Amino acid sequence: MQRFLAKRAVSSGVSLILLVIAVFFLSRLTGDPTDLYLPIDASQEARENFRALHGLDQPLIVQFFSYLGDLVRLDFGESIRRARPALEVVTEAFAWTLQLAVITMAIVSGAAITLGSLAAFNLGGIFDRIATFFSLIGASAPDFWVAIVAIVVFSVGFGWLPTSGTGTVWHWILPIAVLFIRPFGLILQVVRGSMITALGSAYVKTARAKGVGPRATIFVHALRNAMLPVLTVIGDQAAALLNGAVVVETIFGFPGIGKLMIDSILQRDFSVVLASIMVTAFAIFLMNILIDLAYAALDPRIRY
Amino acid sequence: MADPLLEVRNLSVTFDTARGPVHAVKHVSWAVNRGDVLAILGESGSGKSVSSSAVLDLIDMPPGRIDSGEILFEGRNILEMSAAERRGLNGKRIAMIFQDPLSHLNPVYRVGWQIEETMAIHGTARAEAKAETLRLLAKVGIPDPQAAAEKYPHQFSGGQRQRLMIAMALALKPDVLIADEPTTALDVTVQAQILGLLEELQKETGMALVIITHDLGVVAEIAHRVVVMSKGEIVEAGTAAEVYRNPQHPYTKRLIGAAPGKGEIHPDELDTPPILALQNVSKQYGAFTALHGISYELREGETLAIVGESGSGKSTTARLLLRLEEASGGRALYQGRDLFAMSPKELHGLRRDIQMVFQDPTQSLNPRMTVFQLVSEGWAIHPGIVEKSRWKARVAELLREVGLSEEHMHRHPHQFSGGQRQRIAIARALALEPRIIVCDEAVSALDVQVQAQVIELLDRLKAAHGLSYIFIAHDLPVVRDFADRVIVMQGGRIVEQGGVRQIFDAPREEYTRNLLAASLDPDPEIQARRRAERLERQKLAGEAA
Amino acid sequence: MSDTHTTVAAARKDPGEPGPLRTFLKLLRADKPATCAAIFLGLVILCALFGPMLLEAVSSKQNLRGRNAVPFLFGQDWTMWLGGDQLGRPLLARIIVAASNTMAIATGAVAASLLIGSSLGLVAGYSRGRLGQMIPRLADVIMSFPSLLLAVIVLYMLEPSVGNIVLVLAITRIPVYLRTTRAEVLEIRERMFVQAAIVMGASTPRIIFRHILPVILPTLVTIATLDFAFVMLAESSLSFLGIGIQPPEVTWGLMVAQGRPYLTSAWWLSFWPGLAIILTTLSLNLLSNWMRIALDPTQRWRLETGGKKNG
Repeated sequence: MQRFLAKRAVSSGVSLILLVIAVFFLSRLTGDPTDLYLPIDASQEARENFRALHGLDQPLIVQFFSYLGDLVRLDFGESIRRARPALEVVTEAFAWTLQLAVITMAIVSGAAITLGSLAAFNLGGIFDRIATFFSLIGASAPDFWVAIVAIVVFSVGFGWLPTSGTGTVWHWILPIAVLFIRPFGLILQVVRGSMITALGSAYVKTARAKGVGPRATIFVHALRNAMLPVLTVIGDQAAALLNGAVVVETIFGFPGIGKLMIDSILQRDFSVVLASIMVTAFAIFLMNILIDLAYAALDPRIRY
Repeated sequence: MADPLLEVRNLSVTFDTARGPVHAVKHVSWAVNRGDVLAILGESGSGKSVSSSAVLDLIDMPPGRIDSGEILFEGRNILEMSAAERRGLNGKRIAMIFQDPLSHLNPVYRVGWQIEETMAIHGTARAEAKAETLRLLAKVGIPDPQAAAEKYPHQFSGGQRQRLMIAMALALKPDVLIADEPTTALDVTVQAQILGLLEELQKETGMALVIITHDLGVVAEIAHRVVVMSKGEIVEAGTAAEVYRNPQHPYTKRLIGAAPGKGEIHPDELDTPPILALQNVSKQYGAFTALHGISYELREGETLAIVGESGSGKSTTARLLLRLEEASGGRALYQGRDLFAMSPKELHGLRRDIQMVFQDPTQSLNPRMTVFQLVSEGWAIHPGIVEKSRWKARVAELLREVGLSEEHMHRHPHQFSGGQRQRIAIARALALEPRIIVCDEAVSALDVQVQAQVIELLDRLKAAHGLSYIFIAHDLPVVRDFADRVIVMQGGRIVEQGGVRQIFDAPREEYTRNLLAASLDPDPEIQARRRAERLERQKLAGEAA
Repeated sequence: MSDTHTTVAAARKDPGEPGPLRTFLKLLRADKPATCAAIFLGLVILCALFGPMLLEAVSSKQNLRGRNAVPFLFGQDWTMWLGGDQLGRPLLARIIVAASNTMAIATGAVAASLLIGSSLGLVAGYSRGRLGQMIPRLADVIMSFPSLLLAVIVLYMLEPSVGNIVLVLAITRIPVYLRTTRAEVLEIRERMFVQAAIVMGASTPRIIFRHILPVILPTLVTIATLDFAFVMLAESSLSFLGIGIQPPEVTWGLMVAQGRPYLTSAWWLSFWPGLAIILTTLSLNLLSNWMRIALDPTQRWRLETGGKKNG
């Protein structure tokens, strides 16, 4: 177990370092923040001062190593745009995204697992067809389009829900509903496929021969066996949400990490970009560990 | 006479498939009373398990449907009961155990919980069920029940898993136990133990036992009465001894005639020079030693059988010989050269001399290739055997030789039966004109009648092509009919080797004797004698210990 | 039971097996939704191939009187039936023309990632040496990049041309094929018929291309179909965020974005191209579901018995 964790930490660490190097150099190639933050007619001296203040006057390689040096001391640098520590800005945004992701995934997983299992049990029946049809549409819908259509209908048309921002419970409904759709469709299909296999298996036959009722057959005997591939997609979908649902956050003006990342790239606020990547990468690393632990908890044949 | 306990009357079941409806069973009737042991005997596809699946409501409808008949339990037609009512019978009054207990036990729950569940569903309190589970585990011979209940199915051996299934089925002392091929995948000695356990429990509880099997030996060992099924119909019924002694239906006659272990035993060992010699061959997987330095010779024109139970290392020798795996030590001399030390290039030239026929032709033939492609592939790999322009003619020739016809050339493997597929695999091996063919359980997966035909084919080909066989098998009667010489293996070592007559008539080692005693004879009378001897032996062993 | 089927099949004379194309069409017809999907995709492909050639001029002609023209005015030219955009250009014609870029990008990205990913997967799965260990790590590294972010940075830095968008999308999709192929190869490598080929002396390329690849190809095709839908959605998102294709080039995603400011007054500007995206991805999903069954010999009966249980 400890060896497994150590191995995972090392391989994730290597990925993260590569990621940081790549993003550090790539992002500098997008241009000089000075042009963006100072007026066009700013004096040469003002430019020099700005560069010196943010360490942009050094050669790129020196900037990189001084950045690494700061990192070791857990100093993620300063946001040029906000004049606040980058880490603070990022954790604030990440807290929003995390809440959104957790709530959405909880609802999605519960709904998709229940309905997918019932669809598999009802294979070929009317419920199965309806569930399959809607899950296919869900998996096919572009979220940005669903988002703007939802705004037109529910906010502009009926005036039931706010169009953007945060503050009340009502603000959460549209983003969650929009984010719900695609993962729901994808997960439901995986649940259904995996449950069809599980329900056709020999141990389900044994359960029936024992006199186990349909509900326990589905949710006790088959479901636990069918969960491994389901966990994998849930993990993938959750990772996508943690990386920031950029489009949805942008449309609904939701102050999450996805929106922050895009804005920071466009604003050449490099330390924020890098800090965001590291924070989300760390969160995803933790989540993957959780998923691996869940595998082992569900299936006793898996041991690390 | 009162109503039988369980009676299947005039049952017909149809499955709708891609190729139209398949009548799985037609007008099948049988009945059992308390204390009965009924065997339903049939080959694959005979529909032998369908009626019992119908009893337990295990047939999926659709694609299945029941066209006619009734199933009476204590005089009531259970086909007319509600689903809930039938669930009330399943596990409580009528229980079932299956072939392949590993896949029939739920892999993600503790075995104790699974046994308790049977009782809990039918109303036993959990605490009571827990205590009863421990008693049951002890009863079916699982050591340390307390610890065993906390384990998962994959942590047990094959024989133990079947014991767990039996404990689960017997939890509520059912009136009828249906056992569907309960010992098929097990080693002979384990099979004897499981059948012994079933019989003992049946005597003790007085339940009715329905045993579904393809094996005449199992019938002879345990059944009082037998019904013989072929193509969905019952062709014969009677007491086990009667049916064996005096079969009426031509199918039953053929089936009994094909049972191995009755034919001419091969005369003395051949005196030809050795063609292949294994010297001190060993194989290790990490810390586990699969082969402890074994040595043997294969003589020219001989059939050398290697027998042993699972884990004896009998297949490992074949895999090493064909360089599917690398040996850890030792030599394999063929024409004076060491096969294990050859470079891939040298080996390539020799590949065609030593060919292999695998256990399951369904898996050893690439499903996406036609018979022509399968048989001719070797000629593309080894140019110079057959000119490309003659491929078609030569494939046709080979197919005829193995008992197929040349029209079969453009079909795919899935369009053939198991026996036909094995013939294709043999044709493929012959195409390379080898000198040695290694048959790894090559007939184990086949029905008895097909098995007899394939053995006969192999025998004929040996004479015609001057082949030598290494015949790896667990089934002793087949070996008795086919081999010239026998090597008995256990735990990666050779226990005994000798001519087939010596091994079968005068085994020197205790292990060989046990193995022979555990193998089942299709004749109920012989089997009764053997069983008596076996029990005697066990008793002596018990007293000595 | 299965044995009865096969003997029945073998016993029956087959008067020349139907050709693969006919079998294919028969299986497709058995699944109504998949048939509709295939027809719709055929239509989209035709639009993508010939649309720009025939309608380029019409679709870019501005017409001040037709600004945000209301849809369903069937009295007008057919190109205006879905309305006009903010510059009065006919929406239907623009959607047909945009199909070309949309499909081209997705096709390029899927083809590139399929080719590279599955080749790497074959090598990773079959070689037992260091290479077999190293290649999967590459997939891990790519997977740990937030893909949209990667796209944003690359496209912000390089210019957002068709080629660059294809490149970015292809890179992010390589792991999908790499992992699937590797997992399948690892399993198939151990199957008996591969061992039988080794015993015959077959060379490694022969084993990979004759014995392993044909078996995993159906899975790869099925995944590629599904992935085509994914890539289309990703491309649309990029265009929507303004870092994908730039005007005057046009894709469906870009059209949705361009219509966004007029949402409250002229919903159809964003609605129609969005619908085109949904219908295309839905068709791809349906087709991929059908393939999963049709290309699997053990599942095919579901279609042959009359398609009662498809899906």
